[in-house]
Amino acid sequence: MLTKAIISGSGGQGVLSMGSTLATAAMLEGRYVTYLPSYGVEVRGGTANCAVAVSDEEIASPVASSPEVVIAMNQPSFVRFQGALQSGGLLCANSSLVHTETARSDIEILAVPTSELAEQLGSIKVANMIMLGALVRASSMISYDAMVENLAEILGKGRAKLLDLNKRALAVGHDYTKD
Amino acid sequence: MRQLMSGNAALGEAAVLSGCTHYFGYPITPQNEITEYMARRMPGAGGVFIQSESEIAAINMVLGASAAGARTMTSSSGPGMSLKQEGISYLVADELPAVIVNMVRGGPGMGSIAGAQSDYFQATRGGGHGDYRTVVLAPASVQELTEVVPMAFDLADKYRSPVIILGDGILGQMMEPVDFDGLVRPPDYDKSWALTGAKGRPAQSIYSLIFDVKLQEEKNWKLQRKFRLIEQDEVRYETYLVDDAEMIVVAYGIGARIARGAIKRLRDEGKKVGMIRPITLWPFPMKALRELAKSVTDFFVFELSAGQMVEDVRLALEGEGHIHFYGRPGGVVPMPVELYRIISRHYYQAHADGDRKQP
Amino acid sequence: MKTVYARPKLLKEADFHYCPGCGHGIINRLLMEVIEEMDLQGDAICVAPAGCGMLLYNYFEIDVIESAHGRGAAVATGIKRVRPQNLVFSYQGDGDLAAIGTAEGFHAANRGENITVIFVNNGVYGMTGGQMAPTTLLDQVTTTTPTGRDAGLAGHPVRICEVFSQLDGTSYLERVAVNRPAAVVKAKKAIKKAFQRQVDGAGFSLVEILSPCPVNWKMGTLEACEWIDEVMVAHFPLGVFKEVPC
Ligand SMILES: Cc1ncc(C[n+]2csc(CCOP(=O)(O)OP(=O)(O)O)c2C)c(N)n1
Repeated sequence: MLTKAIISGSGGQGVLSMGSTLATAAMLEGRYVTYLPSYGVEVRGGTANCAVAVSDEEIASPVASSPEVVIAMNQPSFVRFQGALQSGGLLCANSSLVHTETARSDIEILAVPTSELAEQLGSIKVANMIMLGALVRASSMISYDAMVENLAEILGKGRAKLLDLNKRALAVGHDYTKD
Repeated sequence: MRQLMSGNAALGEAAVLSGCTHYFGYPITPQNEITEYMARRMPGAGGVFIQSESEIAAINMVLGASAAGARTMTSSSGPGMSLKQEGISYLVADELPAVIVNMVRGGPGMGSIAGAQSDYFQATRGGGHGDYRTVVLAPASVQELTEVVPMAFDLADKYRSPVIILGDGILGQMMEPVDFDGLVRPPDYDKSWALTGAKGRPAQSIYSLIFDVKLQEEKNWKLQRKFRLIEQDEVRYETYLVDDAEMIVVAYGIGARIARGAIKRLRDEGKKVGMIRPITLWPFPMKALRELAKSVTDFFVFELSAGQMVEDVRLALEGEGHIHFYGRPGGVVPMPVELYRIISRHYYQAHADGDRKQP
Repeated sequence: MKTVYARPKLLKEADFHYCPGCGHGIINRLLMEVIEEMDLQGDAICVAPAGCGMLLYNYFEIDVIESAHGRGAAVATGIKRVRPQNLVFSYQGDGDLAAIGTAEGFHAANRGENITVIFVNNGVYGMTGGQMAPTTLLDQVTTTTPTGRDAGLAGHPVRICEVFSQLDGTSYLERVAVNRPAAVVKAKKAIKKAFQRQVDGAGFSLVEILSPCPVNWKMGTLEACEWIDEVMVAHFPLGVFKEVPC
């Protein structure tokens, strides 16, 4: 099965690293995967987005014009990408910053107050990992257990010190979604 | 070991592993990550990285490094490729090896920074002044760069001529798993022609100025003989589900990936569609297409331009078969479903066309 | 009520695409203020660069032409030679003027073209993501000088005002900054002076503007403004480098 996700937010919210973390996790699980970041003038203005495709067979196009999943970490991203979502698709919104009242009625909404949850964990920087935990729980893109198991390799040496914090952040998102 | 890497970074790594020691470049989107990767990687690999003051400067630095015997590369896109053309013409005339990467973006003019395939003519027809061609390689995935990049350096050294790698913005920006374990470093070739100082040998020179038109003609025929040899020996392509095909898609690079997605859907519905994907755009797989035309009547050309490769398909088929075309210029990348719908329509039309001449 | 400040009429009601803390927006505004105050909107022709300033036609209510990367001074030359009565200025970044377009800028200056170059020195290539510019300081980290600019490999930061002051064709050269309110006021005066000199037929003028690029410098907005005073100005002293009486 092929699933495409658009992950979007403002610069500094870690949306590109959320995308590459998801993609690396999928790769380590042995799935086919592509990751395509937005680039050029688009990112210079302070917003960022990327498209991640995960599949059991070779992926034709890395472009996601009508994705199954949209993650909106801020309001402009929500406004921009909810229209692209497939009917019946999943919209994960950072409800600390996104007002979902105007959401389409034919999609599923997962509202996670990631900014607040991250502050409770002691670092606003892990809001993205909280959202990732929630996404993995709510969609069948990749396996949560495999991601947690491979987390050290996914984060790489550079972020080894942050392993524990990231693990906790994933769990917070995952557990929040369970409720 | 598999790792997730962007096409741009993987291209840089593949170049280093292929023995490239000198890289010169000037930033331009969507290939900046090659330049940045080389800035980080070259010093540790014992190589040289220089950010030039322009693409004109970069291609001329490449020319100098090559003349001195180094395996060398530059990369660019759009306007920067236009600026390099004079230098590429000189590289051909001087018979100097070099690898030039074009991560194509939408044009003309400043154009867009999105991936496109609009520089096919520029790449396959020479691009600069004079009567020449360059080998043009078109990779379709990050993993394929581990074959195409060493191949580019090998062909450049083997034929003493510049080789173009024609990617596109999406290939450059996209991250995919890649494994360099299978990459084979091309052999070293004799470079006794290189300018190393006339120590222990007579002085030698490299130049392209020949006033005597007879000698200039002779020089041109010599180059042409080389080009014919390349056409004969270096064609590369891949076929996909062609054996029972009634319609064959011709597409390359990112276009071929989209086409593959479309063909999968068509096959699910029992439509007999296959594909030929040229890996060398020059030399173009002329013979392979003519061979296919013996059993197939319909060819569907798909490219991210208003129609450039389609001219080579026409030349290859020499009037045989029916050529269908779909192209999107400017950097628009259609989805596989969209292409699937269009091919479907053409497939039905081809079937409905009763008086179609059988091959 | 007294109006103390208003948006210049020549600045279109469009959102800037510039990043937070970028100096381009301030410089754009100053240019439109000056042209408005000098009543030159009907005469001004701007040559926009490849660089962060490339979308000037979205912001300026004056004639703007796009130029290929680095060729702004050549394009401005062509325009001015056809329309000497117009105010012609190119807007160029440090990559644009001091790397790829050095030849064009240098020779326009040397010919004494009666044009003005607005030279935005932010020490990096902003548009393409923060690579080294010719003006990048030694040891400064950019995406293509990952361990800091090393003079042995990448040469020295270019001082355009000082270099151009040696050319007999130049008439007015000043370096200013836009990192503090007082500096902005000075920058505006310099632009006005350069434009006035062009109107008076004095010949080639250039205003170099030290401009913050916090995103690519990886600094906070305030920190970037302070860095200009504390670090950049040491290598790029502010002031008038040439003023030929006219
Ligand atoms: C021939 C050519 N090469 C490269 C580019 C890509 N490019 C666009 S802007 C730019 C550099 C901009 O830096 P600078 O002039 O310092 O201006 P800034 O963006 O910092 O304002 C480059 C390399 C291009 N447009 N044309």
